[in-house]
Amino acid sequence: MLKCDRLTAYYDAARILFDVSFELDANRSACLLGRNGVGKTTCLRAIMGLMAKRSGAVSLEGQPIQTLPAFRIAQLGVGYVPEDRRIFPDLTVEENLQVGERRNEGGISWTLERSYAMFPALHEFRLRQGGYLSGGQQQMLTIARTLMGQPKLLLIDEPTEGLSPLIVETLVEAILELKREGLTMLLAAQDMQFASQVADQIYLMNRGAIVYSGTPDSLKHDTDAVTANLAV
Amino acid sequence: MTIDILIQLLSGVSRGMILFVVASGLTLIFGVLRIPNFCHGSLYMLSAFATYSITTVFGGSNLGFLASLIVAPLVVMAFGAAIEFFLLRRISNREHLYQLIVTFAITLIVADGIKLIWGGSYRSVSYPPMLEGSLSVLGRPFPQYYVLVIAAGIVIAALLALIIERTRFGRVLSAAVIDPEMVGALGVNVPRLYTTVFALGAWLAGFGGALAAPIGSISLGIDNSIIIESFAVVIIGGSGSIVGAFAAALIIGIVQALGIMVAPRLAIGFIFIALCAVLLLRPQGLLGRRV
Repeated sequence: MLKCDRLTAYYDAARILFDVSFELDANRSACLLGRNGVGKTTCLRAIMGLMAKRSGAVSLEGQPIQTLPAFRIAQLGVGYVPEDRRIFPDLTVEENLQVGERRNEGGISWTLERSYAMFPALHEFRLRQGGYLSGGQQQMLTIARTLMGQPKLLLIDEPTEGLSPLIVETLVEAILELKREGLTMLLAAQDMQFASQVADQIYLMNRGAIVYSGTPDSLKHDTDAVTANLAV
Repeated sequence: MTIDILIQLLSGVSRGMILFVVASGLTLIFGVLRIPNFCHGSLYMLSAFATYSITTVFGGSNLGFLASLIVAPLVVMAFGAAIEFFLLRRISNREHLYQLIVTFAITLIVADGIKLIWGGSYRSVSYPPMLEGSLSVLGRPFPQYYVLVIAAGIVIAALLALIIERTRFGRVLSAAVIDPEMVGALGVNVPRLYTTVFALGAWLAGFGGALAAPIGSISLGIDNSIIIESFAVVIIGGSGSIVGAFAAALIIGIVQALGIMVAPRLAIGFIFIALCAVLLLRPQGLLGRRV
């Protein structure tokens, strides 16, 4: 589904991402795991076409996408859930969802009704402006808004960051439900517990590069890699 | 006396409607693209001259009037889309100052172009034959054409409000004002959206110019007066707000019309007094919030 080959990205002159290469098969989920500032967000943004300066190759189902603008990549079926949520605060919940609405052949079949079924809180507050939602509700809204575009590949950046355990549980269940439905996912996370719940494959990142790759199980036994790259 | 005031009020309203049509385009462009489109008045003037040519070709007939009302704004819309696509898009990530300079350059080019094509003399377009007469308002004559202008202004206002409040296009527009990058990541072609909005704004300037052509004379310099008043409308109404622009244009039209009765030489000054008051007391404008 997704293939990154020596993906590199810069902020102005500063190189943030160093030759990141990995492959993600359809119906699978992978997680970029690492501390703050190791390049997880930059990696997702680079795949999404949101980094002005990047090099290396990214392909989606064999089609090279590294030169396309973000809106074309989204139209090809890549959904992006940013870490800072970025809902449209002036628009109501329902209007936020409408902005994301898009028909996409071959993606997850998703509707307004499904958004409300997955996150009943959004239905309750559907006429409330997005800016007046709690952090957890905003996170649900961002995910639902992206799903409204019926993606086949979902990039989710630290969905559980700063949220209460109860909300995290709701989000994990939602992500697992999407996974069961066959949606391919690439997540970014700092929390190994969360990563091993939702991901088939884990890539440990440090200083802008992938330093370890394995399954959640193999990672559990590789305490050296974990302490070296995750412990604060 | 009261009847005089009423008639003056009505003509102020029709003046305000033309101003609204033009300024609504400016407020859309300013609100969504954040471009202070200085050449908006030039688009208005270009449309007025085009209207003159089209009605002349048709010999001042009703058909010529309708043709000019359709064709002139479309020509100006295409011109506006080209300005956005070939010039403004290339410098969209620069400072606003550059965009201001480019749009100002266009005002000079358009003014010289018009002088080249139409010459520097005054032109006038007569009322279409079907709207030549006057209505009687409490015994006083009121031009039928002004009634059309008022009706057209209300229809445009209603349509714009409908598009922005009730359609997905309107939602995407509001979202793009807040976070264009995110809107792009959701699959919306934001550069094309910008071109569309600029073209729509240019069409509105053109429609205003065609509508205004039979009122008053068409000459070089009408771009300056309309752009100043239009910016006043945008500031008083709040950038991006159609309802605000409607209210502000009405206020300006009426204040000017009544001001002429009281103190003819100060009429233009009243606008700027209102402008200063708004800037001091409510800098975001009367209704400045979302598009």
